[in-house]
Amino acid sequence: MPAIDVEDLTVRFGTTLAVDRVTFSAHAGEILCLLGPNGAGKTTTVETVEGYRRPAGGTVRVLGLDPVADRLALTARLGVMLQGGGTYPQMTPERALRLFAAYYDAPRPPAELLGLLGLDHVARTPAKRLSGGERQRLSLALALVGRPEVVFLDEPTAGVDPAGRIAVRRVLDDLRHAGVCVLLTTHELDEAERLADRLVIVDRGKVVAAGTPTDLVTTGDEIRFAAPAGIDCAGLGAALAATVTETSPGEYRADTPATPAAVARLTAWLAQHDLPLADLRAGRLRLEDVFLRLVAHEDQPT
Amino acid sequence: MTTASLHRDAPPPRPATGPATAGRALLAQTLEEIRMTLEQGERLLLTFVIPILGLVLFSEVPIVATGGVPRVDFYAPSVLALAVLSTAMVNLGIATGFERSWGVLKRLGSTPLRASTLLTAKLAAVLAVEAVQVVVLGGIAAGLGWRPHAAAAAGLAAGLLGTAAFAGLGFLMAGTLRAEATLALANALYVVLLGISGMMFPLAKLGTFAAVARLLPSTALAVALHHLAGTGTAAPLESWVVLAAWAVATPVVAARSFRFS
Repeated sequence: MPAIDVEDLTVRFGTTLAVDRVTFSAHAGEILCLLGPNGAGKTTTVETVEGYRRPAGGTVRVLGLDPVADRLALTARLGVMLQGGGTYPQMTPERALRLFAAYYDAPRPPAELLGLLGLDHVARTPAKRLSGGERQRLSLALALVGRPEVVFLDEPTAGVDPAGRIAVRRVLDDLRHAGVCVLLTTHELDEAERLADRLVIVDRGKVVAAGTPTDLVTTGDEIRFAAPAGIDCAGLGAALAATVTETSPGEYRADTPATPAAVARLTAWLAQHDLPLADLRAGRLRLEDVFLRLVAHEDQPT
Repeated sequence: MTTASLHRDAPPPRPATGPATAGRALLAQTLEEIRMTLEQGERLLLTFVIPILGLVLFSEVPIVATGGVPRVDFYAPSVLALAVLSTAMVNLGIATGFERSWGVLKRLGSTPLRASTLLTAKLAAVLAVEAVQVVVLGGIAAGLGWRPHAAAAAGLAAGLLGTAAFAGLGFLMAGTLRAEATLALANALYVVLLGISGMMFPLAKLGTFAAVARLLPSTALAVALHHLAGTGTAAPLESWVVLAAWAVATPVVAARSFRFS
């Protein structure tokens, strides 16, 4: 049984369709990432799975239970990190963790969580005086107090410095090894690729692609390369027997199977025209390329 | 707590946890609610500093004629009524309003802490702070010559009804308004009700407006305490009826309109 099972989930705000027949599932020991631009419906989806909203259609099951109807039975088994924290500003991390620990019968010791998330040095600093990244890590620590079986992290690395990102990644690895199911959201591609076992790319409330990061970036039907801007695409296309497009100044795409022979013809043509080759990706796209191709409209993530 | 000791030394997250016993969560939450009230200067200003200064100043200096009653016997019950107003409505309302706007209430909704436990903890903290106020303000008033009358039980009942009425008002503001609006409105009500509820000067001075002021919960509480704790006479039935009506109405309306986020 998947730890999270979402089928045809639909959420409406008035007449607006915020989430449109979204389907995905995640298992114990798996980190699933909802990736999408701002406003894609990620938070709405996660909050519905957490039980904050009642879906307009479809079914949601967490650990086999209905997150709205069985909420009391579920809360002790879930760890939730909301976007924007939700911590008492005057409370120190140590005090907040001790308070949250009192909600569970077998909590993780606050000292252990402070160490795990690198918050030892600010354990007695009121939350309002912590940096944005420290506050995010406190919020993550609070989600882990109850030894949850399913963890929800809404934009866990937003505003977190590189050291904090490493701490978050280490925590996620620990959770995976402990068999915890993690559902996280982000609009940052590289974070998604680095953190998640599987990605579900959402845009305008719909799933546009899903799979492992490797699945999503592997493609056999194009070669991308960088060279000086304005080269003769038609001439090169003739040499490769394929269409060559300058996708942006100095960036090119050749729609040809990424075979060694095709790559050889490309480099030979460039050499013949005395052109340098700056970058070459054959058979593998950057996730960003996939993302931009799937999510093709103006409000791109930054 | 055998399960707790079994799990405590287990390796990282795994073993399934359950909610803590209701008593343990309630105790921890109540102690935190009390601590958060007492550690913030601006809250202590309304709950202790202003009532104490008012009590001493108005009891010692003949600023207002108290209609034949010794001044301290008038102002001791007044500041006890003000104590209930400040803690149950102003403090509770502002604190809860900000917790709502910070997303704390929403976040607590995803933990095993039940809304009913949180509510109980907040009310228990209000009663605990009020108990401290009664001891401190009553002690100072006694030092100024006030002798409480034997109607303590009835005074306590009036205080509890007043607490319910004002906590209801506090929650009503916190659950429906923006935190900044709750802050402004609660503070404004504190000042206005202090002035027109027969706490600073006898109701008779309000003239015809007194009839309207008598319908306020703050007036009903002040009048009841002036009788029970000031002159040692029975409180008028009207005060009990008005207090009881507010004590039922505001919590019901607050519960129906409260939004957690």
